[in-house]
Amino acid sequence: MSKFTEDDLKKELETKEYEYGFYTDIESDKFPIGLNEEVVIAISKKKNEPEWMTEWRLEAFKIWKEMEEPDWANVTYEKPDFQAISYYSAPKQKKQLDSLDEVDPELLKTFEKLGISIDEQKRLTNVAVDVVIDSVSVATTFKKTLNEKGIIFMPISEAIQEHPELVKKYIGTVVPRTDNFYAALNSAVFSDGSFCYIPKGVTCPMELSTYFRINEGGTGQFERTLVIADESSYVSYLEGCTAPARDENQLHAAVVELIALDDSEIKYSTVQNWFPGNAEGSGGVYNFVTKRGICETNAKISWTQVETGSAVTWKYPSCILKGDNSIGEFYSIAVTNNYQQADTGTKMIHLGNNTKSTIISKGISAGKSQNSYRGLVQIGSRAKNARNFSQCDSLLMGNQCGAHTFPYIEAKNKTAQIEHEATTSKIGEDQLFYCNQRGIDTEKAIALIVNGFSKEVLNKLPMEFAVEAQKLLEISLEGSVG
Amino acid sequence: MLKVNNLHANIDEKEILKGVNLEIKPGEVHAIMGPNGSGKSTLSSVIAGKEEYEVTEGSIHLDDEDLDDLAPEERAHRGIFLSFQYPVEIPGVTVTNFIKTAINESRKAKGLEELPAKDMLKMIREKADLLEIDRKFLSRSLNEGFSGGEKKRNEIFQMAMLEPKLAILDETDSGLDIDALKVVANGVNKLKSEDNAVLVITHYQRLLDYIVPDYVHVLYDGKIVKSGGKELALELEAKGYDWLK
Repeated sequence: MSKFTEDDLKKELETKEYEYGFYTDIESDKFPIGLNEEVVIAISKKKNEPEWMTEWRLEAFKIWKEMEEPDWANVTYEKPDFQAISYYSAPKQKKQLDSLDEVDPELLKTFEKLGISIDEQKRLTNVAVDVVIDSVSVATTFKKTLNEKGIIFMPISEAIQEHPELVKKYIGTVVPRTDNFYAALNSAVFSDGSFCYIPKGVTCPMELSTYFRINEGGTGQFERTLVIADESSYVSYLEGCTAPARDENQLHAAVVELIALDDSEIKYSTVQNWFPGNAEGSGGVYNFVTKRGICETNAKISWTQVETGSAVTWKYPSCILKGDNSIGEFYSIAVTNNYQQADTGTKMIHLGNNTKSTIISKGISAGKSQNSYRGLVQIGSRAKNARNFSQCDSLLMGNQCGAHTFPYIEAKNKTAQIEHEATTSKIGEDQLFYCNQRGIDTEKAIALIVNGFSKEVLNKLPMEFAVEAQKLLEISLEGSVG
Repeated sequence: MLKVNNLHANIDEKEILKGVNLEIKPGEVHAIMGPNGSGKSTLSSVIAGKEEYEVTEGSIHLDDEDLDDLAPEERAHRGIFLSFQYPVEIPGVTVTNFIKTAINESRKAKGLEELPAKDMLKMIREKADLLEIDRKFLSRSLNEGFSGGEKKRNEIFQMAMLEPKLAILDETDSGLDIDALKVVANGVNKLKSEDNAVLVITHYQRLLDYIVPDYVHVLYDGKIVKSGGKELALELEAKGYDWLK
């Protein structure tokens, strides 16, 4: 009789190689390693930035120099040597491209391997893709349709040139340069990212989507994203990432700022699949991200994330509910396997009256990984009738992994209603045997159970993204059998 | 169809089955009765291929194929179905989604295409009606918050969908009131044919009033100590098990 024990399950989970572990051979234009004022100025210069931007970066650099890398998260890793990283890497490009034909064929091949053929995307999915390869956006699609509505969707480097008034007004207002170590670093050296502005009263007719990739060995990537939804507008923004296999650790410290003005709504969805390191726990991306949004009166921000990658994840997409009646939502699935470590969650800061927040967090741990939920619900003293509902569920596979929950609640107003629910469960041999007995093999059974567990969050993703996310969950957790 | 020959099985080094012999032919209904701890549930788990049991001696054949090397899902693909005494919960997975996956996995194993959604739905409706199952029930999470009766009815629903050769009903009557018992038994009877067989494992004679066996076996201390016709069940009900020791 073939035996399938927990040991086998563990082994099977551990042997899953990173599917997108290839490396594209594109000539890169790369800075020497190290960070000082000259490098900051050089980055700014490379981007033809106006002086105010250069100054803004230099100020951030000054702040960063005085800061120390935080160590309160439930993760252990070798701290990166920030002087051993090259802070700029861009595919060499002669000129601006008007069509896909002009794009480096190597690059197009990479897209194909990732299953994100831009052509296909354009035709079939009604998704505008602003593709970021190694820090510089090389293709922007659907610009025309968006233009007609007055929607601005472009690399932030271009926005700094073309819409300086908007960038200047909002950058750093939600995540100030002084916010934390990585945010300060990002502010000093960010290479590129996306900028999005939805004018008053406009409902963005399509999902805006950006694919990120880290492509050059040894380069950190510092993305900067700024999304502004003007009064009574709506936008759904998708962010997805994959990265090629690497031996050395790669640093990723992004900053995302969302600004939802009165009566507007921003839906921000992420599927994150950075290289998690190999089965022994070496290599893999360090993902230290600061994501935060601010809601004015009656505005709503909804974060949905599916985190399957990275060796170390440090990420807390948050909402500042400043305006009355504003709503913040956080839906998260975080998967860790092998030696992955994730410390992720959210902060809901209630400042306005009748503000509402919902937190649904699903943590799935396998292998020898550690998965932590860390969340803060803060009710300000003047926030009357604030409401929060939090639910944190953990699913464990095998008995060498860990799940941790760190909920913090600070309520300074008596009218607040806060609910917190938490569960921990384990994929048991009984569950697997039940599925097996119905003809479902163990690999498929795990996928079924995990999808069921994650359903509340998967349902929050836009349709085409949900399919991709489901695939990712399976890739991250299934064995190499079949 | 099923031949169990001198079957010995251990769990954690402890011998539970001590030489079981059993032959079931197509179209037959067999009942295995016995006191607590006699090895009834172990026998059904071992036939289904549960890993934590170790077969130390003897064999199980289905249609002349030795099951020893087959994983539980492979045995399922060959037509063995076990109705669980305690069906597990799978939160977030609906009854429909679960059975759809089970059917398509079995088809895949046989080299068949997935069943088209239209046909699947039609089949689900037919079988649900057969077992008097409310449509709303089908979109609930598998066994989550189900009553005892609902769980067992769901097991028989899956059996109806999968159309097994050999259905093993492990203590299907436990936790059922008389009305639920009738519905479940009725379902099993409707599914019976000349080509399939049923093995009923039970404590009490009560279920056998509704699912009438051709043969009754008494399992005691890991061995079948007595076999007979359906009247044996009544005798056991009246006299208990002690006289067989």
